[in-house]
Amino acid sequence: MEAIAFYIFGALIIGLFMVTILSRDILYSMSSLAAGMVLISGLFFILGEDFLGAVQLVVYSGAVMALYAFGMMFFDATRRVKEKNGSGLLVFLLSGASAVILVIIFAAPAIGNKITPLVQGSKGLDNPHAIGEVLFTKYLIPFEVAAVMLLVAMIAGIILASKKMDESLSEVYIDTDPETEKKEQK
Amino acid sequence: MTLTLTHYLVLSAIMFTIGLAGVIRRKNLLMLFFATEIMLNAANVAFASISAYINDLSGQLFALFIIAIAASEVAVGLGLLILIYKKYGTLDLDNLSIMKG
Repeated sequence: MEAIAFYIFGALIIGLFMVTILSRDILYSMSSLAAGMVLISGLFFILGEDFLGAVQLVVYSGAVMALYAFGMMFFDATRRVKEKNGSGLLVFLLSGASAVILVIIFAAPAIGNKITPLVQGSKGLDNPHAIGEVLFTKYLIPFEVAAVMLLVAMIAGIILASKKMDESLSEVYIDTDPETEKKEQK
Repeated sequence: MTLTLTHYLVLSAIMFTIGLAGVIRRKNLLMLFFATEIMLNAANVAFASISAYINDLSGQLFALFIIAIAASEVAVGLGLLILIYKKYGTLDLDNLSIMKG
């Protein structure tokens, strides 16, 4: 039963992500990425990691994709992406080689049973309970640091997106475009 | 037929490869961000599956931190993308190579 769900989810995830990187339309790309994120949370649920699956649903499919959708308001989404492509052979050689390296890196120690668990899994507790206990004892400082980092990122996002480009940030950037300089002088 | 750790790791490696091919192939900055998200998710799947199969909660916690980092990366990166779009009117990567001697 789990195997069937895994294969269905895996095939759909691979197909949707292929659409994401191959599509010429940003909207198709974004919506297929969101669907892939939802299916990845399905993988987490199969593994019995309820908390991570819920976080994946809330943060990735909810917040991150909503942020992208919000950002699309600023970009011209209806225009097709025009780009020239280099040699396709190089791309597939590089990605194939890196995939092989990745499989070796991840699979070798786990299959060799050389990993010893740092934190033992749930001892009769359900998954969110066990994660909460470990998160607020052993990983408390990384948790707080992540919270501060999210705050910093929020402030940075607000400041970057809300500044008026022509007035305040023109000193920071090198102006190569003569038209923007003319606009500023006017 | 039972699922083993290798199934998940192979799926994760395929997803990472798709993301890497996207980063190498695409010239649009927003597409580059999407491909980066795919790669981060591949790492998450690998962490979560190893965590489940060796019965160790650390992998899930690291996946949690990766999700937090990805969220903040998107917030800052999208702000920068909006600035670039306001300045150049396009998100093409080749526009940014302004250091030609």
